[in-house]
Amino acid sequence: MKVITTKGVVKIYNPDKIPVKALNGVDLEITEGEFTAIVGPSGSGKTTLLNVIGGLDRPDEGDVEVGGHDIDAMSDNQLIDFRKEHIGFVFQAYNLIPVLTARENVEFVMLLQNRPKKERRERAEELLRAVGLEDKMDKRPSELSGGQQQRVAVARALAPKPDFILADEPTANLDSKSTANLLDIMARLNEEEKITFVFSTHDQRVIDRARRVVTLVDGKVATDEVREGKV
Amino acid sequence: MLFRLAWRNIWRNKRRTAITAASILFAVLFATFMESIQKGAWDHMINSVVNYYYGYVQVHEKGYWDEQTIDKAFPLADSLKQLEEKVPEIRKVLPRIESFALASTGEHTSGVMVVGIDPARENAMTNLQGRISNGKYLEDSEEAALVAEGVAENLGLSVGDTIVLISQGYHGVNAAGKYPIKGTVNFGSPELNKQMVYLTLPVAQYFYGATGLVTSLALQLDEQDDIRPVLRALHTELDTSAYEVMDWKDMLPDLVEAKTVDSAGNVIVYFILYLIIAFGIFGTILMMSKEREYEFGVLISVGMHRWQLGLTVWMEIIMLGLLGAFAGILASIPLVYYFYVNPLRFSGDYAAAMEKFGFEAIFPANFEAHIFLLQALLVFIITAILALYPLVKVRRLKPVEAMRA
Repeated sequence: MKVITTKGVVKIYNPDKIPVKALNGVDLEITEGEFTAIVGPSGSGKTTLLNVIGGLDRPDEGDVEVGGHDIDAMSDNQLIDFRKEHIGFVFQAYNLIPVLTARENVEFVMLLQNRPKKERRERAEELLRAVGLEDKMDKRPSELSGGQQQRVAVARALAPKPDFILADEPTANLDSKSTANLLDIMARLNEEEKITFVFSTHDQRVIDRARRVVTLVDGKVATDEVREGKV
Repeated sequence: MLFRLAWRNIWRNKRRTAITAASILFAVLFATFMESIQKGAWDHMINSVVNYYYGYVQVHEKGYWDEQTIDKAFPLADSLKQLEEKVPEIRKVLPRIESFALASTGEHTSGVMVVGIDPARENAMTNLQGRISNGKYLEDSEEAALVAEGVAENLGLSVGDTIVLISQGYHGVNAAGKYPIKGTVNFGSPELNKQMVYLTLPVAQYFYGATGLVTSLALQLDEQDDIRPVLRALHTELDTSAYEVMDWKDMLPDLVEAKTVDSAGNVIVYFILYLIIAFGIFGTILMMSKEREYEFGVLISVGMHRWQLGLTVWMEIIMLGLLGAFAGILASIPLVYYFYVNPLRFSGDYAAAMEKFGFEAIFPANFEAHIFLLQALLVFIITAILALYPLVKVRRLKPVEAMRA
């Protein structure tokens, strides 16, 4: 089942001054259960593509369908609700809420979904256990290592039971051991729970484990390689 | 959760919180101090003037104030004497008979105001005895006079000399009398100094041919706040078709106007003060909003609605506002209390100039709870309004741009 479809997506920054075409007609389809890496040199449009797919930015041309919904047709508030229900985000800089504990960070999005307290707590604990942080649940981000924070971010992204997870350079700030650990967790979630992951990355360690590698060059899909047996 | 998030955010950057709370604290402190000194100075000034002679409230025969003549004297009925028993806020009733006369000695003549008083009651309110510069104070029914220093100087009189008074008494009666000078009194006000002559009440009544009559009853009250209940009570107790009841504001419109003009001037000063305060607080809010733009972008990205984020930030600032305002009240109390107990005292030319107008150059602070609360509330309202800025910021925020910043 297709979860993401982009058709002729164009995104232009500074259209009135010095226009920069960050995306120049991207056609892409992502199906359920994929473990896809979007790669390419700096400025190729990886992050912009993720932002457009995630409804954080709107394309200037083209269509973006997520789970069968035309997200470009949604209002700002509808998009916020849509993201909350259907998309999980993992950012390069973890972006946890510094004043909340690991458990509260994971609970946060579910709180925004108005889920019952008991359900929030149980799911947060289950997810933190799944990412190997059962003993760090009551720690604040400042008390966790970079790798641990990123695992909390993955748990947070999974909390609302999204259709897929968008991860923008998730390993960029991690050492080798933490990267391997994080990738193991995401691979396991992908295999066992069929969660779809889409990464933008430069990191060869991530690329090596991806089942599909989409290469962007100058805002266009240059290659799209599906590899068997990875992850 | 939003409240918890707001509360924890306050303590996340303690230095920022301290700066914001301190700017609110100092705002409350300055505004409270200014207001308490200004109000205290005016209260003191009004108390001085009112207690100097007029009293907070006076009762006259209807129409006396517009046409101040001895012919408007009225009998001092028992019901009037008993006012201090009937109305608890009235501490003392001071009966007076007042009119103008010519005072002379030898070849000198001068226009004076001859006032008949009850010496003990008069002293209780105006501290007349404390103003004796030479000689002694009057005793009940004594046939003697107290003269203001200016009068004594004009007529070349001193204690022990005799002053001759001539006037037109009640309903055209010839009024004439001579009285030994028992003492001289000094008034700060030049107006009073050059015209006041005091006799005891029965002696003045006899002089004016108005036995048993008075022209006014000055009422001594404990405090200004008692004026309103006293006026209400007097309108019930007295026949208002026969008597007029006036408070100090009716009798001293010039003083009221001076206070109004001064307050109007202070509006500008307060405006500037609040403007400085507002800019100080706004600076910290601006800094906080800018600093957290990235975080705001993330929160919107993960599904937080703008109104939820705006409400969280607004609650943070409101809590800071409450904290700062409360701390401001606590900090103001000892400062204002110090100047309430140890008033600012001016000396030199400024003090001399004030004393000429009958005012002591003393500026005590007003130590009343409502000043603290009002100023804290005003600063809090300013903070609450300024706290709307992050809401505008959040409303316009584009998450991608915020996270790229």
